Amino acid sequence: MIGQLVFLAMLGTAVFFFARRIRQINRNIKLGQDVDRSDRPGDRWATMARVAMGQSKMVVRPVAGLMHIVIYAGFILINIEVLEILIDGLFGTHRVFAPYLGGLYDILIGSFEWLALGVLVACVVFLVRRNILPIARFRSPEMTGWPKNDANIILVVEVLLMFAFLSMNAADGIAQARGLDHYIAAGSFPVSQWLVPLYAGLSDAGVIAIERGAWWFHIAGILAFLVYVPYSKHFHIFMAFPNTWYSDLTPAGRLDNMAAVKKEVDLMMSGDPFAAPAEPAGDVAAEPPKFGAKDADDLTWKQLMEAYSCTECGRCTSVCPANATGKLLSPRKVMMDTRDRIEEIGRAMDAAGGQRTQDGKTLLGDYITEEELWACTSCQACVEACPINISPMGIILDMRRSLIMEDSKAPEAITSMFNNVENNGAPWAFPATDRGKWVDELSTES
Amino acid sequence: MALTVPTLAEMTARGEAPEVLFWVGCAGSFDDRAKRITKAIARILTAAEVPFAVLGAEESCTGDPAKRAGNEFLFQMQAAQNIAVLNGYGVQRIVTGCPHCFNTLKNEYPELGGEYEVMHHTQFIQQLIRDGRLKVADGQPFKGKRITFHDPCYLGRGNGEYEAPRAALQALDADLVEMRRCKKNGLCCGAGGAQMFKDAEKGNREVNHERTDDVLETGAKVVATGCPFCNTMMTDGIKNAEKEGEIEVKDIAELIAEAADLL
Repeated sequence: MIGQLVFLAMLGTAVFFFARRIRQINRNIKLGQDVDRSDRPGDRWATMARVAMGQSKMVVRPVAGLMHIVIYAGFILINIEVLEILIDGLFGTHRVFAPYLGGLYDILIGSFEWLALGVLVACVVFLVRRNILPIARFRSPEMTGWPKNDANIILVVEVLLMFAFLSMNAADGIAQARGLDHYIAAGSFPVSQWLVPLYAGLSDAGVIAIERGAWWFHIAGILAFLVYVPYSKHFHIFMAFPNTWYSDLTPAGRLDNMAAVKKEVDLMMSGDPFAAPAEPAGDVAAEPPKFGAKDADDLTWKQLMEAYSCTECGRCTSVCPANATGKLLSPRKVMMDTRDRIEEIGRAMDAAGGQRTQDGKTLLGDYITEEELWACTSCQACVEACPINISPMGIILDMRRSLIMEDSKAPEAITSMFNNVENNGAPWAFPATDRGKWVDELSTES
Repeated sequence: MALTVPTLAEMTARGEAPEVLFWVGCAGSFDDRAKRITKAIARILTAAEVPFAVLGAEESCTGDPAKRAGNEFLFQMQAAQNIAVLNGYGVQRIVTGCPHCFNTLKNEYPELGGEYEVMHHTQFIQQLIRDGRLKVADGQPFKGKRITFHDPCYLGRGNGEYEAPRAALQALDADLVEMRRCKKNGLCCGAGGAQMFKDAEKGNREVNHERTDDVLETGAKVVATGCPFCNTMMTDGIKNAEKEGEIEVKDIAELIAEAADLL
């Protein structure tokens, strides 16, 4: 009975903190600007099924991709086991599903054990890849300190959870063989049988202590992880799904046409240069529209969602031509900076009773520098490489818009390109009348 | 054979309408190297008896470099001006000589009132060959020659077109090889996103030198391109590697025109 109460208290605490954090993130994402991503629901479900559930872009790199699928499948399926643990914990039962499922229960437990072993092996390999092998994308400057520790914490916790799960089953198997009270004959233990020698020498009480200890450690670990995950890059396990559902379904080469600009251009092209600007409807104190993104909350909610979905795998950075040639730009850092900044804005709001306060800082300048932005070739390699359809390029180009249209800050060569386009209709200083020169040349050649 | 290329204004005045408008682009109009590509496209269209016209002095930058450098105002001004011209002539089909123009006209103009069927020149050339309108003899100049195609970002990743340029190259009966990074994983030449018009940011290498390594790895004797900017960048990269005597950089239009004995 006390066990059940402790369990209920643990569960309640975890759910409380998880829900509080989710509300916070939801609020932060909604600080972003509006964008409509509700069209073509059929295509959206299909994209989510293919990219997030089907992991179609993960397997482009087969080693990491296939091991990731093992961990993903393990996570999803072992949740059935977690459901049983939750029911057992709340009602003081033991292996409550066993009598109902019969032979299927053995198959389930057996396959969970194989998956647990797969997850364990994959996590160890990932730890080796991250910490020992010279894989460039895990060695970037932004992958020091917290991001590096975060990745290792996740992997170590998963190893410990899987080991606890297998130890629990091993001890349960021993208890079943000894016919101990409460331990009904249930489950098959194809993997954990190898752990039996570790615990076989223990007394009955010792075996029960291992089984109960591993059970409590496993579930307490999962609940602690539940609270940890939304503070971590690991949040992608939830966010990958909505993030792919809300994917940009237009061709990757397309960059959105800014509606606020269209309004002004339409006005200019309407032929009346003295037309008064349209009165703001109702709200007289309406702020003039901001062009481009200077701070995190100038980005769209989808871009902020992407920041919370990024798991810092670095595939974007590893294919970025600017990064590959030693420029400062790293698309992954753009995503990490965006999340750090919107988190900072959110925390300041929490401290100020929900008011958006100015702290004299902005995403552009304090987190992301002009040098990084001007290194982008807009080649979309980062967009293509992202396993969950994040577009770091979209954020980069939106920040360039702010640099140009709000601050008029551009490299000199870019300014003269603008002047040429404006004056000559070409990025170089040639007159439009020379456009036909090649035709004249052609008629005299050969 | 002396060629004449009418402007759309001239054609309209004669009461004729073109099958396609050839959107030349700024590089194709002003850059001496890119002009050779433009001429090759014009020769191909003429040989295939495609009634076509150009805008000539009425063509203006699509606004792509301005947009990608952050100047949305300038882009939309350019777009509005071009759309007024195009719609004024009732243009329906456009073939571009540049993937940046192609992408902008195809994906960004419709929302601003400019809806056209837009093709990249490699797509149109491939159609002309497929439909038997363009005869590429037996491709002797390139028979068995090792050729590699450098995907332009705004044709490939940007618009998912990887096959048409390769299918066009098939007509050359050459030894087509792929670079380590190709198609979806193709490496940029370094010129996109308005980089063409500025110096690269500080780094340890130029992007086109990095890309040239990919070319050298294949042992190709010809780098086929589909973009005037890629052409410039790859030509410079090959020069930097001191391979200009061994490796040529040519647009697909030039290769096809040469194989069809049009140059």
